[in-house]
Amino acid sequence: MGGKSEPAKSESMATTTTSPDLINSSFFSFKSLKLKTKQQELLLRIAILGLVYILAFIARLFSVLRYESMIHEFDPYFNYRTTLFLTEKGFYEFWNWFDSESWYPLGRIIGGTLYPGLMVTAALIYWALRFLRFFVHIREVCVLTAPFFASNTTLVAYFFGKEIWDTGAGLVAAVLIAICPGYISRSVAGSYDNEAVAIFALLLTFYLFVKAVNTGSLAWALGSAFGYFYMVSAWGGYVFIINLVPLYVLVLLITGRYSMRLYIAYNCMYILGMLLAMQIRFVGFQHVQSGEHMGAMGVFLLMQVFYFLDWVKYQLNDTKLFQTFLRITVTSAILVGGIALGVGTASGYISPWTGRFYSLLDPTYAKDHIPIIASVSEHQPTAWSSFMFDYHILLFLFPAGLYFCFKRLSDATIFIVMYGLTSLYFAGVMVRLILVATPAVCLISAIAVSATVKNLTSLLRTKQKVSQTGSTKGAGSSKASSKVTLDQSQPFQKNGAIALLVGVFYLLSRYAIHCTWVTSEAYSSPSIVLAARGAHGNRILFDDYREAYYWLRQNTPTDAKIMSWWDYGYQITAMGNRTVIVDNNTWNNTHIATVGRAMSSNEDEAYEIMRSLDVNYVLVVFGGVTGYSSDDINKFLWMVRIGGGVFPVIKEPDYLVNGEFRVDKGASPKMLNCLMYKLCYYRFGELTTEYGKPPGYDRARGGEIGNKDIKLEHLEEAYTTSNWIVRIYRVKPPTNRL
Amino acid sequence: MVKSTTKDARDLFHTLRSAYVATPTNLKIIDLYVCFAVFTALIQVAYMALVGSFPFNSFLSGVLSCIGTAVLAVCLRIQVNKENKEFKNLAPERAFADFVLCNLVLHLVIINFLG
Repeated sequence: MGGKSEPAKSESMATTTTSPDLINSSFFSFKSLKLKTKQQELLLRIAILGLVYILAFIARLFSVLRYESMIHEFDPYFNYRTTLFLTEKGFYEFWNWFDSESWYPLGRIIGGTLYPGLMVTAALIYWALRFLRFFVHIREVCVLTAPFFASNTTLVAYFFGKEIWDTGAGLVAAVLIAICPGYISRSVAGSYDNEAVAIFALLLTFYLFVKAVNTGSLAWALGSAFGYFYMVSAWGGYVFIINLVPLYVLVLLITGRYSMRLYIAYNCMYILGMLLAMQIRFVGFQHVQSGEHMGAMGVFLLMQVFYFLDWVKYQLNDTKLFQTFLRITVTSAILVGGIALGVGTASGYISPWTGRFYSLLDPTYAKDHIPIIASVSEHQPTAWSSFMFDYHILLFLFPAGLYFCFKRLSDATIFIVMYGLTSLYFAGVMVRLILVATPAVCLISAIAVSATVKNLTSLLRTKQKVSQTGSTKGAGSSKASSKVTLDQSQPFQKNGAIALLVGVFYLLSRYAIHCTWVTSEAYSSPSIVLAARGAHGNRILFDDYREAYYWLRQNTPTDAKIMSWWDYGYQITAMGNRTVIVDNNTWNNTHIATVGRAMSSNEDEAYEIMRSLDVNYVLVVFGGVTGYSSDDINKFLWMVRIGGGVFPVIKEPDYLVNGEFRVDKGASPKMLNCLMYKLCYYRFGELTTEYGKPPGYDRARGGEIGNKDIKLEHLEEAYTTSNWIVRIYRVKPPTNRL
Repeated sequence: MVKSTTKDARDLFHTLRSAYVATPTNLKIIDLYVCFAVFTALIQVAYMALVGSFPFNSFLSGVLSCIGTAVLAVCLRIQVNKENKEFKNLAPERAFADFVLCNLVLHLVIINFLG
């Protein structure tokens, strides 16, 4: 025993004595590997990009960890339903799908009215995983598609930054965009919406186009046409690309930076991109018929004329003759173009700008003319606080980056400046478009950060070079610092540089902290599951929505038709699997107005409308018990406005008292008797919601309701969820006539 | 006034013609191809004006295939032309391969769109 431990001890001592030798020898062998600086830099870059890729993915997983892996919000449920259909029935059925389960009795041609990019992408990932024998459920793929594509966007941002400025800017851009809240807000895990894939496609198209303009290669232009095709298949925001790129070409032509490369890049991208885009049924012939796309065609024709004139000038070598030729051609071209445009617009062949995009140019248009567009909260103008919330330090790094871009103008920097300025303008008009501006803001800020850090570190390095004149052969430092010489009159430059670098480090670390906090607090809520803090600070979850939809799924006949406000349509069809009257697609304003009218009328009139639409169940959302403020009573005025827009019998002032919206005793009689009021507050008068307040105290509005004794004649209560958030009523068949 | 413009036009025409004769043969072949494509497109537009544009996708695919291949041929001409300093380093075989690839994609999409 003792003897055994002795040799063990000596053995261990031997190993301890030999291990430093081992380490030393391995160390020496590592040193003898001696990666060259270039290889070290490459390794560093790849390591950083790999970490950024993983970071972008995991930063978006808060809601999956806190709640469960589920689809958020409203629109993603439709996308999920269509993806499910695609994976079950195949592409042909999907492409030609007519859905009779929504917009009863009209139905909806889903195959022709959606952007298939997102669904096809998720289905491809799903089939690829199944091919590799990972049998995941399609819902998991849908939930994680957005973070996956966010990671891919960081890679594209790196290459784009490299193209515009240099690799340093590319790396910073990748890091900034990985955690920027403006992008995270729409690409969090579970947010299975078009923007998840569209921002990746947008940045990819722009990168490939700038690459094509820089190299003049047809292959890159073809790539950008495919990128544009992907963008068109993914999101309606492709209109931004088809207007920004021609604007950019126009700016280059005007500033005299035109070159043959521009001609090749734009023409190939326009023709091939337009053709590919017309393969999507939803887009159809818009590229030749819609006013929003005419700019691109105009610039295309202008380019042909411009380059033809350039070629003739080159051939002629004589200015006088060329002037006459120029005169003839330009006048005829302008005449022909003007006549064609005039005839097209006047005859209505070229349709004017649609309301959705026109309200970007004239922000007051929607409020007066199209209440549905004005009612969506994402379409409101942006407040300064939203900008600060979503961008943080990028907000003041953006002008700094603009300065650097203007200092070193090239075709690529002109593009990013234009992208940044136009997208920021639109972000100011509509909150939702902060998402489109985010890549530009990140790239330009990255240029600022990278250029500043480069200048500061080269300042630091020059001191080193001066002190070690002969011996240093560092390949990296000599190139950068040879141009920078220390100004002898400012002795504290090196200290200043160190201080500024610490400042930059501090700013970036605060940015990272802010972004993580914002993601965790604001953008990770599934909005179908509500959370609140209990009395002891514990988290309480309200799962009422899913409870109600599953009740519908299990307790109603399969051909039941549900009437609710359009917000909940997609969720009802996806989770409840029942036919709805109106849903989030909002393509038929009159149908929505009919539902709005039914909700605003008294019970007898509403019953007639519901009988005409074959409604079996009515679903309302009520937040009076929990204090949930996005319920139907708070949305009620929009129902009145939209209904009143089509049926003048509904007048908004009837529901207001002195211009004020009230639900208590002083409310207008029309309000107290309308269907929405009755359905929300049925039996609510008996309920005590808060300690010390009378029964029937509405916690969302902060007042006691006016009409507590509600009797329903034509409807009966079918189900109310455990926290009274969703209430479902059955429409009674007409009584027998005696 | 009219006489001077006709004289100018004639001068213009002569100068252009003499300058054009000097271009190399391969470029002239490409120019011929471009003119043929544009001419075909114009014939199709004239036909559409006569007959109406009912299967609009067919009309569009026909015209756009002509315009597309004309534009791609012009791009090829730019890249192959020895007088363009920017494309000195580009091998004409690479330019032609790009041209063929883009035409392939163009015609595949056209065939899908033809209906």
